[in-house]
Amino acid sequence: MIEISNIEKAFGTQQVLKGISTTFETGQCNLIIGRSGSGKTVFLKCMVGLFHPDKGSIKFDGRDVIQMERKDKQALRKEIGMLFQGNALFDSMTVAENIQFPLDMFTRMSQAEKTERVNFCLKRVALTGAEKKYPGEISGGMMKRVGIARAIVMNPKYLFCDEPNSGLDPKTAIVIDELIKEITEEYQMTTVINTHDMNSVMGIGDKVVYLSNGVKSWEGNKSEIMNTTNEDLYDFIFASDFLKGLQKAAVGKVNG
Amino acid sequence: MYFLSFIEELGKYLAMLASLFTKPERFSMYWKETMRQMVNIGIGSLIIVGIVSTFVGGVTAVQFSNQIMGLELIPMWWLGYIIRDSMILELAPTITGLLLAGKIGSNISSELGSMRITEQIDALEIMGVNTPAYLIGPKIIAGLFVMPILVTIAVFLGIIGGMFAGVLGGYYSMAEYIRGTQDMFVPWYAFMMLIKSGVFGFIICSISAYYGYNVKGGALAIGEASTKAVVNSCIIIIIANFILAFILL
Repeated sequence: MIEISNIEKAFGTQQVLKGISTTFETGQCNLIIGRSGSGKTVFLKCMVGLFHPDKGSIKFDGRDVIQMERKDKQALRKEIGMLFQGNALFDSMTVAENIQFPLDMFTRMSQAEKTERVNFCLKRVALTGAEKKYPGEISGGMMKRVGIARAIVMNPKYLFCDEPNSGLDPKTAIVIDELIKEITEEYQMTTVINTHDMNSVMGIGDKVVYLSNGVKSWEGNKSEIMNTTNEDLYDFIFASDFLKGLQKAAVGKVNG
Repeated sequence: MYFLSFIEELGKYLAMLASLFTKPERFSMYWKETMRQMVNIGIGSLIIVGIVSTFVGGVTAVQFSNQIMGLELIPMWWLGYIIRDSMILELAPTITGLLLAGKIGSNISSELGSMRITEQIDALEIMGVNTPAYLIGPKIIAGLFVMPILVTIAVFLGIIGGMFAGVLGGYYSMAEYIRGTQDMFVPWYAFMMLIKSGVFGFIICSISAYYGYNVKGGALAIGEASTKAVVNSCIIIIIANFILAFILL
């Protein structure tokens, strides 16, 4: 479980996060949504420790990351996996080497054990056979899956995903969403996903936090979104008249 | 204003250097990366250093020969001595330094800059890797050790270039030249050359890494960082060369 309490972050005079508090439960896909510039990425980067918040606390199962010594922070980072928007795969390494990198750096496993673990992760993301390919030789969807495999190779307790569906076609995006959901439940991880994709919200949003201008404007789950009375969220989710029509039809069908 | 921004940059650069001194997460990984960098910097630069130093030696021989010819006070076999000491004391370390500031400097800054904007450095940070130590440390160590080797090769090839240019140009015989290269040798000069080249290697790798590691923005920023890395490395090499000449001679 990750407990966020009153997080604030400013860059110069620009206040980006204005006191956000929420809780992300274990074994659930927790989604952060919001317009561009609403502070989602800064919020995520504060959680993973790439930015240091000005105020507040971020507790990973009771351990406050902001108060931690550098050494403890480094140790906690080994419990975190992250999938980046641009995948952040190391171009000079093959798919297998990318996935194996954290094992090389932080474990004393033998090469045979490492290979076994890499093969397991590749199988888990349905990429068996792509071991020797370089990131430049595989598709966007495959790169996402390599990113997921690398993120889970150390058996993390916490998984963070920044825009996991960006640049993917709708079908592949659903495959990636389902994979993240399955992994989260299977390994009982606390997963936090930063997304713009409404398919993801409706598909895997166990909990959804809506940020607006650096403030938590709404939180709930995917079914509550359909009946939201928050006008800002409503305008964001059902941005087009087409979607508004669909929402009205869906709510009408449920009520009537 | 410029002075303040210079102090700020210097502070950040020194802080980056300080962050290199941490215990490696896995020594074997750092060793592997250092070896990879040594191959990149060393083998990758061998041909260009070889070509440039051979011709620099040749040009030095031709120009000096033309000036000395006819002056009976200076015997022609001195050309071997002049070219040897010019290469050891100045030409090989400085020209190799400037050459590698362009080649390695832009390479390092654009590699790290690309890693920064494609979030590869963030990925390493989140894994718990001390990124300055892992990404910059091996490059600086490689520069410190490989640069003296490259400069030694440059000296050797420069002297050979001087020999061929002078002999083919009819300025002196091979025996005269070899006699000159063996005469009045001061071992300290060779040691000084190694110190200078080590310092230049450190300057090139650390400054280029600093600019690459701190890239903010996109492709344009990588280009700007590369330019700054090369220009500033060259300027600092020239200044360091002057200071070292004062201290070591």
